[in-house]
Amino acid sequence: MEFNFSEDQELLCSTVRDFLQAECTPEQIRALWETDTGRSDSFWMRFAEMGVPGLMVPEEAGGLGLDDRDMVLVLEETGRFGLAEPIVSIAAGVPLLVAIGQEGQPELAEKWLSEVASGRAKLAIEHPRSPFVSDAHVADLLLLNAGDAIHAVPRAEVKLIAQPANDQSQRLFSVEWTPTQATLVAQGETAQRLQEEAFDRGAMACASQQLGVAQQLIDLGAGYAAQRKQFGVAVGSFQAVKHRLANAKVKAEYARSVVYRAAHSVALKTSARSVDVSMAKVAAGEAALFAAKESLQVHGAIGYTYEQDLHIWMKRAWSLDLAFGSGAWHRARIADAVIDQERPAETFGYSGPNH
Amino acid sequence: MDLTYTTEQNDFRKEARLWLESNAPSTSLRSFDTPEGFEEHREWEKKLHAGGWAMVPWPKEYGGRGADLLEWLVFEEEYYRVGAPGRVNQNGIFLLGPTIMEYGTPEQKKRFLPPMASSEEVWAQGWSEPNAGSDMANIQTTARIDGDDYVINGQKTWASRGAYAHWLFGMFRTDPDSSRHNGLTFVLVPLDTPGVTVRPIEKLNGKKAFAEVFFDEARVSRQHRLGDEGTGWAVAMATAGFERGLMLRSPARFQDTARRLVELYRETVKQGVFVDSCLRDTVARCWMEAEAYALNTYQTVSRLIGGGKIGAEASLNKIFWSELDIKMHETAVSLLGARGELLANAPAAGNVGQWLDGFIFALAGPIYAGTNEIQRNIIAERILGLPRK
Repeated sequence: MEFNFSEDQELLCSTVRDFLQAECTPEQIRALWETDTGRSDSFWMRFAEMGVPGLMVPEEAGGLGLDDRDMVLVLEETGRFGLAEPIVSIAAGVPLLVAIGQEGQPELAEKWLSEVASGRAKLAIEHPRSPFVSDAHVADLLLLNAGDAIHAVPRAEVKLIAQPANDQSQRLFSVEWTPTQATLVAQGETAQRLQEEAFDRGAMACASQQLGVAQQLIDLGAGYAAQRKQFGVAVGSFQAVKHRLANAKVKAEYARSVVYRAAHSVALKTSARSVDVSMAKVAAGEAALFAAKESLQVHGAIGYTYEQDLHIWMKRAWSLDLAFGSGAWHRARIADAVIDQERPAETFGYSGPNH
Repeated sequence: MDLTYTTEQNDFRKEARLWLESNAPSTSLRSFDTPEGFEEHREWEKKLHAGGWAMVPWPKEYGGRGADLLEWLVFEEEYYRVGAPGRVNQNGIFLLGPTIMEYGTPEQKKRFLPPMASSEEVWAQGWSEPNAGSDMANIQTTARIDGDDYVINGQKTWASRGAYAHWLFGMFRTDPDSSRHNGLTFVLVPLDTPGVTVRPIEKLNGKKAFAEVFFDEARVSRQHRLGDEGTGWAVAMATAGFERGLMLRSPARFQDTARRLVELYRETVKQGVFVDSCLRDTVARCWMEAEAYALNTYQTVSRLIGGGKIGAEASLNKIFWSELDIKMHETAVSLLGARGELLANAPAAGNVGQWLDGFIFALAGPIYAGTNEIQRNIIAERILGLPRK
């Protein structure tokens, strides 16, 4: 039983943090919002040089061969810095491609995995709880569903209809396409299992980002409250202000271990994986939504402006809550497992190894 | 990160389970806030101690089992699983004990820890005073130095377990010219000292759960000082860290309540009794939060085993568990409907009385161990860096 991350994992995380601190500033985020794609190829290539998109790509395909437990801290940092690039699609899509390789398409998988690891290709992934696909416009390969079949479709073969979204860091698309035998990569029970795994991974990746978003919103609120003066003192000296941020901090901290455990469950494919992921998505999602509300109130009118950077993260909090199954959807999945199943849900530790 | 138990940890669990299943009382003991219940609980503690299970993470020489904190968590899980009695000496074993381990002299450890582990000596807390509640640094009870003794004058209040305990620990002002956090000393006081008067206070349910303690020229050996003279505040903050954080509220306690709440919900639905559909979401949420608390504790324990220390983040814990405890119990009472009002001895109560007891107990959570408002100030100032003034 060891809940700590290894030195290597911490080091990877701090390397990514330093990189994002320099390369993913609010000014750069705003500049990208004004571009056609909203994405930066040069950023992505440097991100690939650090090994991030290839983190879960097997070593023989040019990746680092790590798993979700290594990815979770990196994803948290991408949330903290408000990164708009399609890293959630990578976190869900790479293991899906690996599985597709194991299920009879090794050549296709290896080709795309090595392209992803090198930064030359990006993925987009469809899941059953949304009619839209994020970042389909910059993806080279789209992993799409047609009933209980998964298709790997090059972008040239689909038609995209942009669906402008409130969070400018999001790029959503409706995808029009026709499934063919040539694009089919998995079907039936195998495909269903892979779809569920990929969905859980996507939700898990969102939860990791939501943790970072929550922390950033709290830090922005605390930073502002410490310097903004009214009645001759910093507003952050008032208990009414302090307690809002303290409450947000409690929620964020109690989401943290839940998210890390979910990463562990996903990596090891434990029997409670889906419920663990839902708990992570709900806990981190609610922490981020709550932090957004409290941080806005602490900022006052300036927080309601476009000019202030707060909305970059507020909008992330709102959009991530609806991505890969809304918080409400995941809450319902938890209630079903905890209340409706004949056998009570597993509890961490308490149930013991044999209940 | 590897969230699976080792073979040794699994074996430890089996051993604990076996012992507890064959030794834990099969019926509930009376409240330890009554004279009879207090003694019944001490008997149970003696049995635990004889089995070597009284203080799992303490060294054997002090009456412990020499286990690590992870094994302690496992033990707690098994303890709540069999519904074993509450720990009558929790102020001693969970709060003062670890503080003595950190600040005590070798002689003090030898003198105080073994009878604490066996509950031969039960401890009360002596923090608050009539004018030092949330403003703890306003302590006015003095301990005048007179040769080898302190001579104590003043009054403590809200001393948990004070009504029946043998000893009290607390902070006293040893430097008469000092103010606020300075000049305070942490002293251990036998409650049978001449000049000490204990007046029990009844809590909401009429039980004598705490007490006022009056000191009139009460003479206590200076050997009973914990830590250096004038450093009482620092020593007390270590104790408070244990109280708000890890030790006093191990996660199994809340996971057990959450499990019973889920069962109660399922039973209530099955019986066709009216259930507000909103309660379903609340029940699931309680279950989730109890899990979150357990995970957070496991992560903290991993950090402590790796050499980390408990700091201001204990304040996050205290808010989380105290509010969760109330939410679980008020949800249960609400599910029970009219029966939620019944005391445990009502003929129609069945086993519902424990929810009401738990509810009354939970209500104190946001108040004791430093009110949640104080905890929020600590989080804002010490963790988020907001200005004190």
